Amino acid sequence: MRQTIQFTLNGLTTSVEAEESDLLLDVLRGQLGLFGARFGCGAGQCGACAVLVDGKVAAACHTEIGALAGKRIVTVEGLGTPEAPHPLQAAFLELQAGQCGYCLSGILIGAKALLDGNPDPTRAEIARALDWHLCRCGVHNRVMDAVALAAARMREGAGA
Amino acid sequence: MIPPMLAANPRLDRWARFEADGRARIAFGRMEYGQGVLTALAQMAADELDVPFDRLNVVHAATGEIPDEGLTVGSMSIEFSGPAIRAACAEVRALFAAAAASRLGCDAAELDVRDGAFLRGGQATGLDYWSLAGEVDLAREATGDASLKAPERMRLMGRSEPRMDLPPKLFGAAFLHDLTLPGLRHARVLRQPSPQARLRSLDEAAVRRAVPEVDILVDHAFVALICDTEADAARAHAAAEAAASWEGVRAMDPALSEAAALKTLPHEDFAAGAAKPGPSNRRRIAAAYGKPFLSHGSLGPSAGLAQYKDGRLTIWTHNQGVYPMRALAARITGLAPEAIEVIHGQGPGCYGHNGADDPPIDAALIAMRRPGQPIRVQWRREDEFGFAPVGTAMLMELSAELDASGRLVDYTAEIWNTPHTGARGTAVAESALPGYVAPPPPPQRLMPDGSRFSGGLLNATPSYAIETTRTLEHVIETPIRSSSLRSLGGAPNTFASECFVDEIAEAAGQDPLAYRLGMLAEPRGRTVLTRLSEICGWARRWEIGTGRGLGLAYDRHRGRGAMVACAAEVDVETEVKLLNLWCVCDGGLIVNPDGARNQIEGGMIMAGSWTLKEQVKLGGAGIASTTWDDYPILRFSDVPPIEIELIDTRDQRPCGLGEVSQGPVMAAIGNAVAHALGARVRDLPMTREKIAAALLKD
Ligand code: FES
Ligand code: FES
Repeated sequence: MRQTIQFTLNGLTTSVEAEESDLLLDVLRGQLGLFGARFGCGAGQCGACAVLVDGKVAAACHTEIGALAGKRIVTVEGLGTPEAPHPLQAAFLELQAGQCGYCLSGILIGAKALLDGNPDPTRAEIARALDWHLCRCGVHNRVMDAVALAAARMREGAGA
Repeated sequence: MIPPMLAANPRLDRWARFEADGRARIAFGRMEYGQGVLTALAQMAADELDVPFDRLNVVHAATGEIPDEGLTVGSMSIEFSGPAIRAACAEVRALFAAAAASRLGCDAAELDVRDGAFLRGGQATGLDYWSLAGEVDLAREATGDASLKAPERMRLMGRSEPRMDLPPKLFGAAFLHDLTLPGLRHARVLRQPSPQARLRSLDEAAVRRAVPEVDILVDHAFVALICDTEADAARAHAAAEAAASWEGVRAMDPALSEAAALKTLPHEDFAAGAAKPGPSNRRRIAAAYGKPFLSHGSLGPSAGLAQYKDGRLTIWTHNQGVYPMRALAARITGLAPEAIEVIHGQGPGCYGHNGADDPPIDAALIAMRRPGQPIRVQWRREDEFGFAPVGTAMLMELSAELDASGRLVDYTAEIWNTPHTGARGTAVAESALPGYVAPPPPPQRLMPDGSRFSGGLLNATPSYAIETTRTLEHVIETPIRSSSLRSLGGAPNTFASECFVDEIAEAAGQDPLAYRLGMLAEPRGRTVLTRLSEICGWARRWEIGTGRGLGLAYDRHRGRGAMVACAAEVDVETEVKLLNLWCVCDGGLIVNPDGARNQIEGGMIMAGSWTLKEQVKLGGAGIASTTWDDYPILRFSDVPPIEIELIDTRDQRPCGLGEVSQGPVMAAIGNAVAHALGARVRDLPMTREKIAAALLKD
């Protein structure tokens, strides 16, 4: 049965008409027209569709919309824009941390969740936090360097 | 001499022209898929023209818009497309300089170009490309006569320009997968379980119970479910899977997953090189190496769109070439190529012939049967793993003879594999159509010297001066749809031969580095290998069998490309842990050093993953490993720090770098593992079981 489900999406109150069992990824890429969360496997195995739900990383391909009423959802579109990039996005550009880029929106979300809880992670902590995310092009080291760079910038910014 | 790609597309204005908006329109026949090719080619164009980078309008790839350079494959863009765009732009510049000179009444040699404007004696002349555009007719054939910029005059080539395609990929929609069209319909194809399968029955009522609005298309064994939303298409597809029954389904023997099983299949044999060695009392050693079927493992399953309207078919694809896609669609639909337009969009990295050609053909077949409707087909993860071509398994049986001093004097590589580019120019949907007949095999490709080209022979013999070498290739009738994967046989062959060289050095009682240097005369190669030994700390190498290992390897890709040496340091308990990887590369002129490093490092990580983790498992009706759980790849925690050094040889011909690091890194890991264990794992992937087996045997 279709119902109205309301939640906060990238800071804005949003409501959708959907079946409770509809998947968040389909709703985002379908009626909401937000394509940042990407389809990689549909099985929670690759991290390409990662979003934040109440600050925690979730697989949008495995999250039913019915469970999201009243929750806060953040997709990569909620991080920053080309004009005002999030420090993570700026660092990824600066270090050219990407090849095909298909994995990147999920990774940015995973990295944001990490830095929200740990502003000064070690390389091993970054790796562990991103282990769910697959990258086939092999930009792992650049990604880890970019996350560390963004963390350093954010610490400076917070201290200033 | 005119570069071949320019000769094939000689009209200068197809490559470069100047637009009224003050930009230079540049077109290449190469597809970007994250390898940075557009940026590197744009650097070359801007440099030869002396136009600022940000005044380029790099044309979106589509048939009719860009020159036809075939497929973007084989890491050949920089090497082959580069000279074409450079020669075209240099000629354009020379034509404009001549026009400026005649206006100014001076000699063209007195003029220089800066930021698109002509200078004389360092002073502005008031003339630039745009003001002269009306006087220079670029609708003419290139001669290839203009001289290219010498390295010391390059301003953009050799600089790490940021990639042009990267920014959108960090902020949301960027891919073909994100394209929407008005009235778009989402479709899924109910795939034949195997190419021979026939549809016995489909309970359409059951599918409609799941999704009442579904449009079910059945043509022979080609079945598609067409809906307004992707979610509905997925539901209809799931219902159809349960409601269909097939006959003539292939039963795949799981034993064929192993490289050694290739020998049991029918094959055709090709011998090349020296005759078989006669009997001698030279020392002879032999070993067999194996590599399983591999998936391209693109992170995003392929997608494609198509619309058929007023007798014209439009296809949107993220494949490796818009013109080859047009030819494929023309063959399968029966339309004339001129009635088909193909538009390219960004896709996930493909690393060769993955599934990218297929969903656009699925969509085209549906669109032809539903005129007017724009159709989108998104493959599932299971489709990409299960139906996209895989890289072939290979078995490499190597033998060598050493003279009394331990010198390697005779080398034989006997290779078993399926054709490396077998499924090129085919689509998985074809065999479901009525009246299907398999297309004839493509004509034998030839090497420039007229000899037979085979992907399986790339790097088959090691890159050293060896008196006598020979190859024997067995090309097997493939049990599964296989096609090109990054480097074709190059990386697996280098893995095998460079591990074998370590075995030979050991038999000769010599250090692996010293043994290699003893056979390597080429000074650039020696520099690469020597420099590698310094940065990896080869001098500290410790005794064998401690559980920690250091190994290295060297290769000149295809005997003519970049010279690359890699080293690996590993820790082996029950599994291999990569601790450090190093690479030194001499690739001639490097147009974009940061892009080159990115490609080399990505290749090293992918190859590390091939070496340690990956194997396509056959079974059921074809491929049994259809999820990331069945097909593990290297993850963030598995990736070691990597150090890359590029040797600056900008006066040398540029080489492709997309597939040169894999082979040496695979062999370096193999040699490091052998050093750690005191036993050699010759069959990939180097899993816990293979390590245990090697330890038991040695
Ligand atoms: S698409 Fe959701 S985890 Fe892969
Ligand atoms: S950049 Fe291509 S998958 Fe990560």
